[in-house]
Amino acid sequence: MFEALSDKLRKVLKDLRGQGRLTEAHIEAAMREIRIALLEADVNYQVVKSFVDRVKEKALGQEVIGTLAPAQQVVKTVYDEMVEMLGGTSTQLLFTRRTPNVVMMVGLQGSGKTTTTGKLAKLLAESQHRRPLLLSVDVYRPAARQQLSIIANAIGQRTFEAPDINDPLELCRQAVRECQLTGYDTLLIDTAGRLHIDQELMDELQQIKRETSPMEILFIADAMTGQDAVRSAQQFHEQVGVTGIILTKMEGDTRGGAALSIKEVTGQPIKFIGVGERYDAIEAFYPDRIAQRILGMGDVLSLIEKVQSEVDEDKARELQEKLARDKFSLEDFRDQLRQMKRLGSLDKLMDMLPSGLFGGMKMTSEQTAEIEQKLKLTEAIIDSMTPAERRDHEILNASRRKRIARGSGTSVQEVNQMVNEYTEMRRMMRMMTSGGLGGMLGGLGGGLPGFGGGRRRKATKRRKKKKKH
Amino acid sequence: MAFWKRKKEDAYISLGLNRPPTAEEEAIAQQPDAQQERNLYAEPEGQEGFFDRFKQAVAATRESLSEKIESVVGGKRRIDASVLDQLEEALIGADIGVQTSLEIIEKARQQVNRNQLDDLYELKRLIKDELREILLATGRNRRQGTVASEAEVPLDIKPYILLIVGVNGVGKTTTIGKLAHRIKSEGNEVMICAADTFRAAANDQLAIWAERSGVPLIQQKPGTDPSAVLYDSIGAARARNADVLIVDTAGRLHTKTNLMQELEKMRRVAGRDIEGAPHEVLLIIDAVTGQNGLEQARHFTRAVPVTGLVLTKLDGTAKGGIVIAIAKELGIPIRYVGIGEKINDLVEFSPEAYIESLFD
Ligand SMILES: Nc1nc2c(ncn2[C@@H]2O[C@H](COP(=O)(O)OP(=O)(O)OP(=O)(O)O)[C@@H](O)[C@H]2O)c(=O)[nH]1
Ligand SMILES: Nc1nc2c(ncn2[C@@H]2O[C@H](COP(=O)(O)OP(=O)(O)O)[C@@H](O)[C@H]2O)c(=O)[nH]1
Ligand SMILES: [Mg+2]
Ligand SMILES: [Mg+2]
Repeated sequence: MFEALSDKLRKVLKDLRGQGRLTEAHIEAAMREIRIALLEADVNYQVVKSFVDRVKEKALGQEVIGTLAPAQQVVKTVYDEMVEMLGGTSTQLLFTRRTPNVVMMVGLQGSGKTTTTGKLAKLLAESQHRRPLLLSVDVYRPAARQQLSIIANAIGQRTFEAPDINDPLELCRQAVRECQLTGYDTLLIDTAGRLHIDQELMDELQQIKRETSPMEILFIADAMTGQDAVRSAQQFHEQVGVTGIILTKMEGDTRGGAALSIKEVTGQPIKFIGVGERYDAIEAFYPDRIAQRILGMGDVLSLIEKVQSEVDEDKARELQEKLARDKFSLEDFRDQLRQMKRLGSLDKLMDMLPSGLFGGMKMTSEQTAEIEQKLKLTEAIIDSMTPAERRDHEILNASRRKRIARGSGTSVQEVNQMVNEYTEMRRMMRMMTSGGLGGMLGGLGGGLPGFGGGRRRKATKRRKKKKKH
Repeated sequence: MAFWKRKKEDAYISLGLNRPPTAEEEAIAQQPDAQQERNLYAEPEGQEGFFDRFKQAVAATRESLSEKIESVVGGKRRIDASVLDQLEEALIGADIGVQTSLEIIEKARQQVNRNQLDDLYELKRLIKDELREILLATGRNRRQGTVASEAEVPLDIKPYILLIVGVNGVGKTTTIGKLAHRIKSEGNEVMICAADTFRAAANDQLAIWAERSGVPLIQQKPGTDPSAVLYDSIGAARARNADVLIVDTAGRLHTKTNLMQELEKMRRVAGRDIEGAPHEVLLIIDAVTGQNGLEQARHFTRAVPVTGLVLTKLDGTAKGGIVIAIAKELGIPIRYVGIGEKINDLVEFSPEAYIESLFD
């Protein structure tokens, strides 16, 4: 399965620790991984090329920021570039005061035009107070016009019906007139699916465009499209002038790299995404979400951002130094626990991490609840210590431990266990590849008290299962 | 309740709508239909004819791998890294997938390094051989009892049930229309089951295809449990002594567990009624599909025993290479190729023709 890009980059950039700047060699290695990740996500290979070149330029010579591990920094550069590329001007549909405003739906066969026409009509009517009339000019596919009629009926909107007319242009003319006579302010035209190399049918679209002067020409594309996305999008754009893009079937598990390809070759904004077969399954497009999805990184970046804003940089550096000098005290440990708590519940934190981050481990909510319980206990135990004890755990003799157990409402065994785990964690954290966030996340994965063996066993089980099919 | 969509008998034998029959259809109409033995699929078309059609459809508009290689190599005959890089891009550009493409190129690279390969012609042959081997292996390693070509269809099963599955909009219904026509043309009694009870006007669409191919359709009200429609259709097919029953299903994303369970149920219902049914499960893959196609195949094979693939819309510019990745990982043979929206635009898949079409 897909290994999260951040994981791969972490491996490639491991030896970067301690160097101040990203060097050419590191960038080369990282770009190889990025290229593969993008190709696996279906971004067109030519688009990948230009994208990687741009990222390379930006990443080269960048200073490695204190709190970010180099791998994460590269991911962030890639991510920022992708968000910028996917974003665009206005994702709203543009309307003027003319009657009617025409919206034309175009695209390949089966991409979702008819369904999306229904979804848009519903959206415009219900949340933008527009009065849409729906028109199908798909006179080719069997029962295509019936399909739109049934959909319109289901959403309580009207279609223009003229079953005896089989000429798309004539249908357009009459429907426009109907709008002007009866006050429909928006005419949604659902066109037949066609191949971009079918010149006759591409000409037909141009004629419809001339006839109706649409405000919007939306290119409807299947999110599962592969490398060919650039060709169809480019052809449609060159021949009819697309003003926006809608990606359908996004609720599946496709990475959706076609979004990047289509955006790159048309330069037009992605306005909506389709997320289901029901007529309310349409959403606004958010470049950041799609970028994360293409990169396969869960919400790791929002986590990075959160950590960046929550964690005081100086403090983080101080912590790092302490770790390095083996001066990471129970006091610091409690600080870190509190800081973690500020980031949100463990459940949420785990959700934000890409599945590959801990080798594909995923905790059940019982497991996270158990761990949270344990963390609470840990904090209580540390709270019951004297400042001197917190600074130096070595002075914790039997009687001190007994007192702490009493004070925190735990048993001596629990106190012993906690202290053992703390020393173990300290040892592990010292070995962590990098400090800062890398260390924190690493700590989350391997060393914090409570992240016991149970989870690890579960992960091996999963791995075994994977092999079977 | 189920009802036969009874139309006048002659409505069923009209070939296509609003156009005179093609020469081929005329010829079929002339054939005596007194075939005693059920002959689901007669002799395949002459290889020549098939190759031509296939290539015409798929090669017309593309920059082929060959042109690509030619343009990289220019005059030189020697192979260097840039040739291999470009080839890798060409394979990836055909949606064959990063992993498979890298593997094939890596093999070539090793041979080049060992000086066993220094000629462009040899390089092409090596890559063709690799691809061909993946496609041919599906025939050899397939699950027991499954059919890998029309020639292998057993003649003693009646009704022989074909279940057509796939994600939304890939061309299931259209393929069924074409298949019905093709199978009927060989002198078989064919019926269609409209088990897409979900999508708007799915029945109407299929009814038009049934009419075009002159085949009866069993359908029920929209919203009916597809398994119920299937059950009725099997009964009707038996009553009519039909040879073949083709079942249309609603498009569904493989990630929707409940919809995949619905497919499992259909399989159980068919199997309970008729041993070994469904006898073929064809997964339809749209040629424009990217890497998600592999995920689709993985999930669909878990729900129903997919016996073959149909690659549709190969008349566009997309090459449909993901079927190679699917064949490689899951060993599912590719059975048919869709090359247009008309009733005759379906041809049997040929590994040779497909690979050649990528290269010439
Ligand atoms: N160019 C081309 N178009 C095709 C081919 N096969 C199907 N189509 C078109 O693709 C579109 C979708 O085909 P359908 O047969 O409705 O697909 P489906 O899988 O049944 O769709 P749903 O039932 O909606 O999931 C239609 O416009 C077909 O005409 C093909 O081989 N080539
Ligand atoms: N799962 C899913 N299916 C969709 C979506 N949009 C459209 N579809 C389905 O895709 C298929 C083709 O859609 P249709 O609107 O007929 O496409 P058209 O041929 O471009 O007009 C139908 O089965 C639709 O139900 C979506 O966002 N998600
Ligand atoms: Mg349509
Ligand atoms: Mg269908």
